[in-house]
Amino acid sequence: MGPLGRGSVIGALVVTALAMVIIPVAARRGRRDWLEIGYAAVHTNLLLLSIAMAAMMSALVTHDFSVGYVAQVGSRATPLLYTIISLWGALEGSILLWGWVLAFYAAAVLSINKHREGNLVPYALAVLMGVMLFFGILLVGPANPFGVVSPVPADGPGPNPLLQNHWLMAVHPPLLYMGYVGMAVPFAFAIGAMLAGEVRQDAWMQLVRRWMLVSWAFLGAAIIAGMWWSYEVLGWGGYWAWDPVENASLMPWLTATAYLHSAMVQERRGMLRLWNVNLVAGTFVLTILGTFLTRSGIISSVHAFTTGTIGYYFLAFIAVVMLFTLVMVAGNSDLLKTEGKLDSAASRETVFLLNNLLLTAFTFTVLVGTLYPLIAEAVRGVKVSVGEPFFDRMSLPLLVLLLFLMGVGPALPWRRTPEGTLGSRLGVPVVGAVLALAIAVLLGRREPWALIAFACIGYALAATLREFATGSAARRAAHGESWPLAFARLVGSNPRRHGGYVAHIGIFLVAIGIAASGGGRLEREGTLARGETLTVGDHTVRLREVYGLQEPQRYVIGARLEVLGADGATIDTLSPRMNFYTSSDQPVPTPDVRSTWSGDLYANLQTFRNDGTTATVKIISEPLVGWIWLGGAVVVFGALIGMLAPRKRLAAEAS
Amino acid sequence: MNWKRALLAPAIAVPVIALFGWGLTRDPGYIESPLPGRPAPGFALEVFAPGTAPLARPAGDSIHLDSLRGRIVVVNFWASWCLGCRDEHEDLTRTALAYADRPVSFVGVLYMDQQPAALKWIGEMGGQSYPSVDDPRSRMAIDYGLYGVPETFILDAQGVVAHKQTGPISAAVLTRVVDSLLAVPTGAK
Repeated sequence: MGPLGRGSVIGALVVTALAMVIIPVAARRGRRDWLEIGYAAVHTNLLLLSIAMAAMMSALVTHDFSVGYVAQVGSRATPLLYTIISLWGALEGSILLWGWVLAFYAAAVLSINKHREGNLVPYALAVLMGVMLFFGILLVGPANPFGVVSPVPADGPGPNPLLQNHWLMAVHPPLLYMGYVGMAVPFAFAIGAMLAGEVRQDAWMQLVRRWMLVSWAFLGAAIIAGMWWSYEVLGWGGYWAWDPVENASLMPWLTATAYLHSAMVQERRGMLRLWNVNLVAGTFVLTILGTFLTRSGIISSVHAFTTGTIGYYFLAFIAVVMLFTLVMVAGNSDLLKTEGKLDSAASRETVFLLNNLLLTAFTFTVLVGTLYPLIAEAVRGVKVSVGEPFFDRMSLPLLVLLLFLMGVGPALPWRRTPEGTLGSRLGVPVVGAVLALAIAVLLGRREPWALIAFACIGYALAATLREFATGSAARRAAHGESWPLAFARLVGSNPRRHGGYVAHIGIFLVAIGIAASGGGRLEREGTLARGETLTVGDHTVRLREVYGLQEPQRYVIGARLEVLGADGATIDTLSPRMNFYTSSDQPVPTPDVRSTWSGDLYANLQTFRNDGTTATVKIISEPLVGWIWLGGAVVVFGALIGMLAPRKRLAAEAS
Repeated sequence: MNWKRALLAPAIAVPVIALFGWGLTRDPGYIESPLPGRPAPGFALEVFAPGTAPLARPAGDSIHLDSLRGRIVVVNFWASWCLGCRDEHEDLTRTALAYADRPVSFVGVLYMDQQPAALKWIGEMGGQSYPSVDDPRSRMAIDYGLYGVPETFILDAQGVVAHKQTGPISAAVLTRVVDSLLAVPTGAK
């Protein structure tokens, strides 16, 4: 399988280079026949990389250790699922997946937009092929997954233990790549529009709307899945640590979120043209920056899995992307002047402007915090690390303000708010704020920031639900429909807006989960002999036994804990474990979690006596954590609704 | 295109790229230690792995840093669960033998490990020529500001830390540092 994969990867690089050169030249000279060759090359690239992917998958599954990547991450003892997902367990495989996703997106862009007149699509494809060229070079050179191993080893070490310990590893990385790579498409269209001189028209934005939404949804889902994985696997009971690579995935999501809002302002009011191009370009640059940070080893992080020459390839690429993008945007800035202007402070566009300001301020804060250790070392020669206190303190006020604005925005109309209605528009949702505040206080929360956050969430949630309620009520009155039908037709009548509101509700759920689990967390650690109990808050667990278990690829030590109800009866059991893999001398913790809608009981095995008489366990009670994962799913659902909006309708809606 | 404005681009991009380029030359895990140039903290720990002749010390013996004054001392922190320690093991054990007849002592210090596991590891690695002591409560590791294994400190004849190596050490580095210290006449500062 090695030579087949290697040949396909090299072939893909050749056709990519061909497409990148021939497509813009053909478009410029109006040569339809050349253009067809270039387009065929885009499809051929996908075909060849698909063959390479199939070859790698087959080599992994059949344990063909003559293939370098398989020898690096494969093992006969690894279960099939983890063998398959070890495709993205190390550098070379993940670059292969990355390149394949990009090839797929490029072919999809071509198929969807092939018949569009003008040079926008060819130029956008040329940009995509330019990005593809970089990944093609990586696959042929420094990240070659098909290196030949001789003599062929009988077995391999297996994937990194952390990556073969939980099914979420099958989900998080592919989602992340789908999101990250997808951001290249809006970027390509923005640059293509500038190259084609079409950036004055807003057509390119309509072409990228769904791409942006899809990539945004994937990236958001990837972030949530990553949080969940970290929570389920790492054993510290948390889900976000402001690790550089977490930040790297958050930043483009924030700028993409800003774009989803500011794009509406441009469509409706002709404002923010330059700003929107900057957001699209910035989002893409941030995805490349994120990749650079993960793959170059420039910043210490739990995710950084490689060092070596590849960092310099990424540096060269990021330099080209930044210079090219900045030259294009700055050079075209005259053309990107704003037509409209703000009519009134109390309007939806004002809220969107503030939202963009806050989101970019947040992105900038995260960027500074992430890069500060590097800057400090360069300028002052000192080693510093920027930890959670900085990020928490800086981001909390911004996030709370954003939540508040999510209540204000939907309540205000475009352009200006009619005289005398401002009070009722903004006043009624205060009921939600008071209610949320009361609940939080009754449940014993006293920290000022948490209370402010809950009040803002309550306010925004009430404002959002009110939009659904008044809209449905109006339909009922006008058409005599039942409530469910009125609601469904309301959403269907403007899926873009209502999909957005659904996504907002998802964000509220995430915010509730974070605010509740962050401050309401109780934690205790204790060494238990068999039959002894440990109590955390309202929860009591009793150690039943410590057990050992040999599995094909690992040895497991587990503690069986009984969760006791109020009457002392056993209502559930928890089995936190330590998994010992032969490829690693450090055990991988595997906490066990009992999830209910009101909160989680989280148990981690810290250490144990070899004779099995005692186990030291950490028990954490965390309220409402599950709401975060649920909220993530709701956000994605909202994005799906938003995608229902047909492209041609946009012009009508925008008027 | 407005090329005058386009010139703004390098002004923003170049410093950022330069910063990244510089960053690539750095090891983000590296932390400057205040120890080099200062007297090494003393220790007195019990040998658990005797090493082989001619460097052997019986298990149960205590090694005091004070008693090694006048000799160059190579202190290597290691553990059986540490992957980097596998890479450097052969270089250490071979270099220690090469200096067997010179005033140079190699001491392994076991970090956060169980003695049986460590002895088994030594067996698997084909033996260790010099003795290793156990540091059961990591007192010595704390004194030396250890932040991981492997880590190697090379002390001159006066007990001053001359070199600190984070991560695996090679025979080339060991030889270079030890030779340069041997070249200094004893007693000279």
